[in-house]
Amino acid sequence: MSVDVTKSKTRNRFKPKISRRVLLDLVLVTAGIAAFFVFPNSLGFMTRILIMIIMVLSLDLVLGYAGVASLGHAALFGTGAYAAGMFAVYASANPLLGLVVGAVAGAVIAFVSGLILMRASGLTLLMLSIAVAQILFEVVNSERDLTGGSDGLLGIDMDPILGIYAFDFFGRTGYWYALIVLVLVFILLRIVVASPFGLVARGIHESHERMRAIGTSVYWRLVGIYTLAGGIAGIGGALSAQVTELVSLESLGFNLSAEAMIMLILGGTGRLYGAIFGTVIFMTVHHTAASIDPFNWLFVIGGMVLFVVYFVPEGFMGLPARLGKHLGLRK
Amino acid sequence: MSMGLEVSHLNKNFGGIKVARDISFDLKPGDRKALIGPNGAGKTTFANLITGTLKPNSGSIRLDGVDIVKLKESKRVKAGVAKTFQITTLFKRMSVRENIRLPILERDGKSHGWFGRAERFVAVEDEIDELLGQFNLLDFAEMPVQDLAYGQQRLVEMALTLALKPRILILDEPSAGVPSSDSHIIIDAIERLPKDLSVLIIEHDMKLVFKVASRIVVLVNGAILTEGTPEEISQNQQVRDLYLGARHEH
Ligand SMILES: Nc1ncnc2c1ncn2[C@@H]1O[C@H](COP(=O)(O)OP(=O)(O)OP(=O)(O)O)[C@@H](O)[C@H]1O
Ligand SMILES: [Mg+2]
Repeated sequence: MSVDVTKSKTRNRFKPKISRRVLLDLVLVTAGIAAFFVFPNSLGFMTRILIMIIMVLSLDLVLGYAGVASLGHAALFGTGAYAAGMFAVYASANPLLGLVVGAVAGAVIAFVSGLILMRASGLTLLMLSIAVAQILFEVVNSERDLTGGSDGLLGIDMDPILGIYAFDFFGRTGYWYALIVLVLVFILLRIVVASPFGLVARGIHESHERMRAIGTSVYWRLVGIYTLAGGIAGIGGALSAQVTELVSLESLGFNLSAEAMIMLILGGTGRLYGAIFGTVIFMTVHHTAASIDPFNWLFVIGGMVLFVVYFVPEGFMGLPARLGKHLGLRK
Repeated sequence: MSMGLEVSHLNKNFGGIKVARDISFDLKPGDRKALIGPNGAGKTTFANLITGTLKPNSGSIRLDGVDIVKLKESKRVKAGVAKTFQITTLFKRMSVRENIRLPILERDGKSHGWFGRAERFVAVEDEIDELLGQFNLLDFAEMPVQDLAYGQQRLVEMALTLALKPRILILDEPSAGVPSSDSHIIIDAIERLPKDLSVLIIEHDMKLVFKVASRIVVLVNGAILTEGTPEEISQNQQVRDLYLGARHEH
C-alpha cells in the first residue's frame, strides 16, 4: 500500500511542468501573431527570423539533444532550399509539395552524409561537416545551368498556397505561411523530444559508452537523429526558397552554419526555446546594430557571446533561473 | 550444446603489454563466481572483452554454444550480456527514473518511437518503481542522478544494469564507493537475483566475495592463477602472498 502512495506521488510531478510549457508555447504563438500587426513593415525580416528558427531548432536536435557539434548545418538547409527551388522551377510550383520535396531532400542528404559524419566525433566531425557543406556548395556552384551558380536560382514563381493564398508583394502570405509551418515543426519537435527517441538522443549526449552498454547502436541512432534534423532543416530551406522566390549560394555557405550555431548557443541548447530566443535576439541585434554601424555590429554579437559563455553557459534561456537564484527566489 | 558463457584461450595486448593471457573460463547458468586479483591485474579488461567493449587479439567467447566474439557490444547486450562499470557511468543530468527507463525501453524494443511520451508505458513505470524500491531509491526517483551521493549512484548503476534483465551479469566492483552501512543493499540485491542468472563479480571487498560467491577465480598479470571454492582460495598460499598482500596497498 505504502509503495503505491509513493508511486503516485513521484509520478504526478510531471504534470505542472507540462502546463507551464503549454502556457509559454501559447505566449510565443500569440507573440508571433501580434508581431504581424505591430510591425507590418518588417514582414520580410520577420519571416526570415521564422525560417531561421526552424533551421536552429533542427540544429538544437543534433547539438542540444544528441550532443553532436556540427558546423555544416547549412548543407541540410541549402539542400532543402535548392531542391524546393528547382522543383518549383522545373516541376511544380505547388508550395506544399515543394515543402515535402525540401524535407525529403534535406533528410536524404543528412542520411547519406550522416553515414560518414556519425562515424567521427569531436573536432574530426566538425571538420568533416564543414567539408560536406563545402562540397555541396562547389557542386551547386559548378552546375550553373541547373542551379544558376553564383547568380542564384532565379525564376521561382510559386502558386498560391492550397490554390487560394497567393504570395503577395508585402510578404503577408509568406509570414503566415512561415509562422504556421514553424508552429507545426515546433509541435513535432516537442513531441519527438519527449518520446523514447528523444530520450535516447539525450542518453547519447550524456554517454556513448553507457548507451552501448544498454544495447543501443549509437551510430545508427545518430544517423537517424541527423536524418530527422535534415528533414526539418530542409523544410526551413524550402520555405526560404518559396517565400523569397530565390535561392542563393549563401544558403549552403559556412556563414549560415556558423551563425546558426551562435544563435543556438546564445539562446541555450537542448530546450527548443533556446533556438527561438537565440535566433530572435541574434537577428534583431544584427538587423539594428548593422543599420546603425554596418562595420562593427559583429562586436555587439561577439560581446553577447562572451557574456553568455562566461556568465550564463546555459544560454539566455537560463537567465531567468540564474537571476532568480541570485535574488534568492529559488533554492 | 553447453549453456552459459564459455571463454577459451583469450588474449589481449595493449601495445606491448599483455593484459589477458590465454584466459579460459566458464560461467554456467546460476553460477556465482568472483574474480579477484591485485590492481592492474586485468579484471576490468577481461570484463570488457566479454561485453565487447574491447576486441581480443585471439580466442573465442561462446554464449550458449554460439561464438559472440564478432558481435558488437550493443548486440551482445541484446544477447543477454551486461555489466556495471567500475567507474560509475550514468546519465547524470537525467532523473534516476529516466536512467532506469532508458534501458528498459531499449531492452523491450520500445526505444525507437518518435511519438508518444517516453513515460507512457504503465508496465515499464511499474517495473522502474519495483527496481527503485528494491534499491531504496524510490524517494530519489525524480532527482537528477548527479545530485545523488556517490554510494547511491552506485546503486543506480546496478539497478540500471539489472533493468536489462541480462542472462550473464558482470559486476565490476559494485561496492567500491558505497558506504559500508549500505553495502548490505548490494549484497541483498545480488542474493535476490534470479537463480538461473550467471553472475561474475569483480570485487576487492572479501567479506562481500565470501558472502555471495560460490567459486573464486584469481587473476594475476592477465592470467588465471587458480580457481576454487572460497575455502580453497583462502587456504592458498600463493594467493595469500600475491593478492592478499597487495590488497593492503589498495
Ligand atoms: N585502454 C588501455 N590502454 C592501455 N593500457 C590499458 C588500457 N586499459 C587498461 N590498461 C592497462 O591494462 C592493465 C589492466 O587494467 P585493468 O583496468 O583491466 O585492471 P584491473 O584488474 O581492473 O585493476 P583495478 O583493480 O585497479 O580495477 C593495467 O596495467 C592498465 O594500466
Ligand atoms: Mg578494474
